[in-house]
Amino acid sequence: MAEFTLPKNSVLTKGREFPAPDDATHTRRFEVYRWDPEAGENPRVDVFHLDMDDCGPMVLDAIIKIKNEIDSGLTFRRSCREGVCGSCAMNINGRNSLACTKAIEGYTGTIKIFPLPHMQVVKDLVPDMTHFYAQYASIKPWLEAQTPAPADSERLQSHADRAKLDGLYDCVLCACCSTSCPSYWWNGDRYLGPAVLLQAYRWLVDSRDENTGERLDDLEDPFKLYRCHTIMNCTDTCPKDLNPAKAIAEIKKLLLQRQQG
Amino acid sequence: MDYQSPLAKVRGLGSAKSGTGHWWMQRVTALALVPLTYWLLVYLGMSLTSPYQQTLAWLAQPLHAVAVWSWVLLACYHAALGLQVVIEDYVAAEGLKIIAVWLVNLAFLFLALAASVALLRIVVAG
Repeated sequence: MAEFTLPKNSVLTKGREFPAPDDATHTRRFEVYRWDPEAGENPRVDVFHLDMDDCGPMVLDAIIKIKNEIDSGLTFRRSCREGVCGSCAMNINGRNSLACTKAIEGYTGTIKIFPLPHMQVVKDLVPDMTHFYAQYASIKPWLEAQTPAPADSERLQSHADRAKLDGLYDCVLCACCSTSCPSYWWNGDRYLGPAVLLQAYRWLVDSRDENTGERLDDLEDPFKLYRCHTIMNCTDTCPKDLNPAKAIAEIKKLLLQRQQG
Repeated sequence: MDYQSPLAKVRGLGSAKSGTGHWWMQRVTALALVPLTYWLLVYLGMSLTSPYQQTLAWLAQPLHAVAVWSWVLLACYHAALGLQVVIEDYVAAEGLKIIAVWLVNLAFLFLALAASVALLRIVVAG
């Protein structure tokens, strides 16, 4: 059966609590998931009280402050700090998002920070993305064409055809959508998930690509594609406001079109 | 130690080259069941309120018989398709999954056949 409860060694325990400095007047409470693979212990939730008058505005700023000033062992991914790289994807107050684009002021009360759901954890807020990236590689995310590129120019595309890629090329592969999808939780070993299917659609609609049929062949599968039951968590959670659910629906329409045409 | 590459795991046995028909028939049968449900509701209403002979006579009329029969066949087909998806979602063990899917398929085949025989008897015998 699909696993609905946490395995024994993943059950959360209470962690340490770090008070705010005595002179702080404006504080916020942060609960952060911690797990150290070398400690041999269950994961715990540490509580940090931060002085908001001495902290940047975003959730990522708070996490960086914790690492710099309170616990240098706190482990997380981050790079661009402006929603372009997709590294700091995590679960903030029950919703997957990029910590760098979420303002602390946007939340009330305690802010709970957990790793992306239903992924193997490497350490603290860092999930193991190996399988997700392999799924991305499996859809051949590059242009495939028999026709050689023009010798003296790039492969041309009309403005209308280029516009079809808007809302698709913008995906930063942060995995917020895939890890919010119940179908991906239960069958992520075989279901490609919304992020990878949106990328698959990005190459299906590219007017310069010549392998549309083969790409559709590879996707037509009860598990790779049809585990999508239009739950829409993906579109709801996407920190870039993209619509993976629509991209998946378009793939299904293409498959139907070539059968019933 | 597991030396298989992540890509080999993902590609697995490749694509089944099926699934579109299953997905599409689920939608088609769902839509077709919407108007047909009118006859089912009339029939159920009559079963509860009208005399036995009057209900049989209503059911034996060609249009009513075909409509109710269509409802039965489409509902059984739709239910089998839908339950297969639910089983595939939640039952991970391969053997159990195949057994469960085929138990469901055969159960609905049996139900559809039983209902068909009953209807034919009503239409022919009156």
